[in-house]
Amino acid sequence: MFRKTLMAAAAVFAIGNTAQAATEITWWHAMDGALGDVVNQITEDFNASQDEYKLVSINKGGYEDTMTAGIAAFRANNQPNIIQIFDAGAATIINAKGAVKPVQDLLEENDVAFNINDYIPGVRYFYADSDGKMIGMPFNSSTPLLYYNKEALAKAGVDVPKTWQEFEAAAPKLKEAGYAALAQSHSPWIFFENFMSRHNLQMATGNNGYDNTDVEILYNNDALKDHWQHVKDWKDAGYYGYYGRAWGANQDAFVQQQVAMWIGSSGSFGGLRKSAQFDFGTSTLPYWENVGDAPKSTFIGGAALFAFSGHDAEQDAGVAEFFKFLTKPETQYYWHKETGYVPITNAAYDLAKSDGYYNESPDAEVGIIQLSEEGGEWTKGYRLGFYVQIREVIYREVDKIMNGEETVDAAFATIEEEANGLLDRFNDTYSN
Amino acid sequence: MKRVQFEHSAVPYLFIAPQILIISIFFLWPAVQALYQSFLLEDAFGLSSQFVWFRNFEDVLSSSSWTRSAIFTVVFSVLVSVLSIAISLFLAVRADEVIRGAKTYKTLLMWGYAIAPPVAGLLGIMMFNPLMGDLYMVFNSFGFEFNHIENPNDAAFVVILIAVWKQVSVNVIFFLSGLQGIPKSIQEAATLDCKSPERRFWTITFPLLAPTTFFLLVINLTYAFFETFGIIDVSTKGAPGGSTATLVYKVYVDGFLGADMGGSAAQSVLLMIMVSVLTVFQFRFIERKVHY
Repeated sequence: MFRKTLMAAAAVFAIGNTAQAATEITWWHAMDGALGDVVNQITEDFNASQDEYKLVSINKGGYEDTMTAGIAAFRANNQPNIIQIFDAGAATIINAKGAVKPVQDLLEENDVAFNINDYIPGVRYFYADSDGKMIGMPFNSSTPLLYYNKEALAKAGVDVPKTWQEFEAAAPKLKEAGYAALAQSHSPWIFFENFMSRHNLQMATGNNGYDNTDVEILYNNDALKDHWQHVKDWKDAGYYGYYGRAWGANQDAFVQQQVAMWIGSSGSFGGLRKSAQFDFGTSTLPYWENVGDAPKSTFIGGAALFAFSGHDAEQDAGVAEFFKFLTKPETQYYWHKETGYVPITNAAYDLAKSDGYYNESPDAEVGIIQLSEEGGEWTKGYRLGFYVQIREVIYREVDKIMNGEETVDAAFATIEEEANGLLDRFNDTYSN
Repeated sequence: MKRVQFEHSAVPYLFIAPQILIISIFFLWPAVQALYQSFLLEDAFGLSSQFVWFRNFEDVLSSSSWTRSAIFTVVFSVLVSVLSIAISLFLAVRADEVIRGAKTYKTLLMWGYAIAPPVAGLLGIMMFNPLMGDLYMVFNSFGFEFNHIENPNDAAFVVILIAVWKQVSVNVIFFLSGLQGIPKSIQEAATLDCKSPERRFWTITFPLLAPTTFFLLVINLTYAFFETFGIIDVSTKGAPGGSTATLVYKVYVDGFLGADMGGSAAQSVLLMIMVSVLTVFQFRFIERKVHY
């Protein structure tokens, strides 16, 4: 009996296999909820567009979970074809020599036309190596933006601040109107990394870490410390709401109209449109006038798609085919419209413009305008090892600045020391 | 002393084989792997590695955040174990005296057992949400300046509260069954001899419950060390300033999120040593006072 069942099962499998001659490629990603639906739609569209390959996309949890799952799978020789890795984890996968196939090589080997200048300036080199070769395909790219409650600003009689100086002038009036002026959701990304980019300040030696792994962090500088001293002063004066490190807690404070302005991601736009019961607008990330040579463009945040090595040529060809589909202007425009992430190619941006999308929702364009602002020497990105832990150190020290456990100077000395210790470990681990 | 040796077959070994096999696969083998890994610097993908002797241990032990986390873990574990045992002992003894609706009452005390730690953490942290949490509002309306987002002690209070709450129902189950095991005749005889229920509790009930209490102390400490991970991950994530990160949580952050294999392996080896020492201590010194 058991034998018969087994044989029947084998027969069913055999039939299934012949009917499904398409090469299967797998994609592990970190997009859930509404974003996951869009990813599934793109997967379906890709599968419908051709019949040579069948893409299977699987959500593996958040960014960290996805990376951990990919690492475990790679170590067990069971890696997916495509994996989504977030900005802070990029150094880990790029520096592990031989873990991934550079996306540029993959596309060129499979005769897919590739020109790095087709990509918008902000995303072009973020996931590239020091020679400018693209290693990871930028996927969900966002940038920090200021969201403001229009009614709150009108009530206080202030304009949207473009600079921190303007913010300081507006904050007392907002407080009088019954609001904390500002909150933000990601201290390391918004008030460290993008602070450096916005003011065109060097973030780490070795060309922000792109040249090699033997580098040191440059966070312990007067401009950044001065900024954090201001943040602390704003908090003490009741202008700045600090709701801890959780992204959602700070965003909720804005949604519930406790704070008048909130800095989040350009990718938060879609979600806010659903949750905020008031009229809000978006603006660019404020900067300090007279610091560095602000304003320069910001970094992108988000994640990229990497093609794991160790698959046969046929599957790699499928990956190339999918990347070609993914970077088509129509796909990118759809992704941009549905999620708020920026389109990664110039052609897609042009399509969105010519389609009149920004006339009906001008706020959706702010992110890409900011990423297309004039770039400087230090705006193309960073590549730092164990950066996930460095962000942990930053979160921890920011907590201590905010609760008064440490002075700004002491906190930054700790950040510098611990970050350099981590970079040192990373260098020793990956440099040979 | 002369021991009598019986001839016996392989059958007993056969019976313990599955247990040994499971322990080997899920504990011994990974433990050896972790020990080996703790002497290596290896990239996340396992493509290159080098033997570095005690470098990982030096890095861990010299970091102030690890020390802070170790101290917190000890304080946290002791408080969680002692508080949850004390509260559940009180509740169990009281519930044992209830006559009307005893079953319902006991069930209500026990059903928290069915809640997974992350769910408990989520429920707890929602009650302490600064924008809408009831407990947060209550504490602040009493004039405490309660703020677990910024204050390390308040944050520790929140995670301890959640961890204790989650564990009390487990302990109540054990204490209730322990109380069933105390012969009625002894209790009745004691009632004749001594009027004070409090004294009867300390001289009769508590010593007779000692095996249960000792068992619970062991599993509560293990719970506080390891299983509260889920609570911390969904509630504070170790904030503020790393003050509520237990050692297990740090292993997770460095190893799983940060992909630092050697460093987190060294941390787990240290943790293993700590827990082993603690267990030996418990069995050598505390168990002696327990009469079975």
